[in-house]
Amino acid sequence: MSKRYEVRLAGSGGQGLVLGGVILAEAASIFDGKNATQSQSYGPESRGGASKSEVIISEGEIDYPKATHIDLLLLMTEAAAEKYLKDVPETALVVADLDLVPTAIPDKLRSVKIPITRLARETVGKEFVANIVALGALQELTGIVSFESLKKAVLARVPKGTEELNLKALSVGQEAAREYDGKNIPH
Amino acid sequence: MSDEATKPSGTVKFLSGNEACMEGAIAAGCRFFAGYPISPSSEIAEKMSGRLPKLGGKFIQMEDEIASMGAIIGASLAGQKTMTATSGPGFSLMQENLGFAMMAEVPCVVINVMRGGPSTGNPTGPSQSDVMQCRWGTHGDHPAIALSPSTIREVFDTTVACFNFAEMMRTPVVLAMDEITAHMREKIVIPPAAEIALINRRKPALQAGETYYPYEAGEDLVPPMMNFGEGARYHVTGLDHDRTGFPSAAAEVQESLHRRLVDKIERHLEKLLLFEHHRTEDAEVLVVAYGSTARSAKRAVEEARAKGVKAGLFRPITLYPIPEKQIEAAAAHAKRVVVPEMNLGQYKLEVERILGKGPAITGVNRVNGEPIAPSLILSAILGD
Repeated sequence: MSKRYEVRLAGSGGQGLVLGGVILAEAASIFDGKNATQSQSYGPESRGGASKSEVIISEGEIDYPKATHIDLLLLMTEAAAEKYLKDVPETALVVADLDLVPTAIPDKLRSVKIPITRLARETVGKEFVANIVALGALQELTGIVSFESLKKAVLARVPKGTEELNLKALSVGQEAAREYDGKNIPH
Repeated sequence: MSDEATKPSGTVKFLSGNEACMEGAIAAGCRFFAGYPISPSSEIAEKMSGRLPKLGGKFIQMEDEIASMGAIIGASLAGQKTMTATSGPGFSLMQENLGFAMMAEVPCVVINVMRGGPSTGNPTGPSQSDVMQCRWGTHGDHPAIALSPSTIREVFDTTVACFNFAEMMRTPVVLAMDEITAHMREKIVIPPAAEIALINRRKPALQAGETYYPYEAGEDLVPPMMNFGEGARYHVTGLDHDRTGFPSAAAEVQESLHRRLVDKIERHLEKLLLFEHHRTEDAEVLVVAYGSTARSAKRAVEEARAKGVKAGLFRPITLYPIPEKQIEAAAAHAKRVVVPEMNLGQYKLEVERILGKGPAITGVNRVNGEPIAPSLILSAILGD
C-alpha cells in the first residue's frame, strides 16, 4: 500500500468545489503522472446545501476512493467547519475562508485563514473563481501538485474565454498563501 | 524499444463512471438511447444526448421509464444496439418490459445506477440494494445477466461486455453500478477501437425459399436473429410462443421455451463469468465484495495481511449468473467469510446458498447513504 495524500474540499453547492477537486485530481494524475481519484457527496440542490469533494493522490493503486485520514482540509463555509473539524487528524493542514468561516480553528491543528472568496470578488473580479483562488493557495501551501500541472489542468477544464480570469485567480491564491511558507504555518 | 512502442496505446482521460459508461456504449456500437434522466445516472443520458447525434445515432428523451424500455426493445428489433440508463424507481418501472425483452429474446442494455430504496429513497447517496432486483425483478422464471464494475476502466469494459453478452445471448443485460463508481473520477486509458472485441447478433443463413423461424434455436440454444426490415416478417410477443413467434398454449411448447431461456445462460456460462481473485489462494478469511465496496474490501484485506491474518478477496464482476464454482474455490481454505454490501445482505444470501454449512458467514451492511469504510470490513475480518 503506497502512501495516500487525502484532500477534502468542503463547502456548499455552487462554490465550485466538485470542479476544484476534479482539477486538482487531473493535475496530479494526468499532468503529474501519479494516480488520483475524485469523489463527492452532495444534496439534491444545485446551489446551497452541503457539498464535499474528495481527492486521493498516490504513487500507487488507490483502492478506497474516499478520505479516511485527511491530510488537507479546505473549509469554505461555517457549516463545513462544524461538520468536518471534528474528525481531522492533528497532522492535517486546515485552510479556511477568512470571511466565511468565523469559527476559530483549534490550536492543535495547523491552520491558515485566507480571504479566498473576497480575493476572488475584489482582486480577480469574479466571485465564482473562488475555487480556483483556493487551488492556487493549496498548491502554494502543500506542493502536492506542481504549479505547472495545476495551470494546465485549470486551462483544460474552464470554459473558453475565461482562461485569463482563471489564471489570474490561480496566481492571486498562490500570492495570498505565499506569506506562509511550510514552517510559518501557525499552530 | 522506441518511445513510440512503449507509449500506452489509447486515449488517456480523467472520467467519471457515468462518462466512462457512455464511452463504453459508444465503443460497443450503441447508436440508440432512450431514457428518462434520474439521479445518480443522469450524466449518462446527458452525455449520450451530446454524442449520439454526432455519430448519426438517435437519442430520445421518453415520457417515462416504461416507454424508454419499450423504445430500446423496438429499436433493437430494427437492428440497433440499444441502451437506457436509470436508477431504482425507474428500474422498477422497467421490470415489465425487461421481462418482455427476455421472453421475446431482444438484446438490449440497461444501466442501473443504484440508489437507496424502496421508492424514491435516497437519490444522491450510494447503495447496492438492487442486487436481487437485477436477478428477480421481473416475474416468472427467467434468464438474468448483471455485471457490477469497481473501477472507471472497468465501467468502460463491462459496458462493452454488456453489449457483447446481450448480442451473444439475445437477452437484456443489466449493468448495476453504485453511485460511488458512477460519480467517482479517475484516470482511464480508453483502448483504441481495434483492441476492443465486439460481438454482434448472429443472423440466420437461409437458403432461397427457406422459411425463417425466429425462435428456432440450434445447439447453442440462441436463435439466429433477423432484424426487422431485412427480408422476413415475423411475430414478436410476450406470450408463450412456438418457433414461429406466434402464441401457443401447447404444454410441450411452453416447457421447452422456458427451459431453453434459462438453459441458454447455463450453456454459455463460462463466457459470461467475469471475476477477480485477490490473495484467495491461502485465504482463511474470505471477503466477497463487488462494486465500490470491493475497493474498501481490498484495502481491508491488505491491512489484515499486514497484521498477519490470511485474508483474501473474491470479487464477482458478473453478479448474475453467479460465479458459484469460483466462490467455492476461493473459500476452499476459509474458516470465515465476510460479505460487505450497501444493502441488508442480498448477495450474502447467495453466498450462504453456495457455501452451505461450511464457513461462518457474516455480513457488513450499511443502508445510510454512506460508503462502507475499510475499517468496518477490517473489524469483521479480524472478528472484532
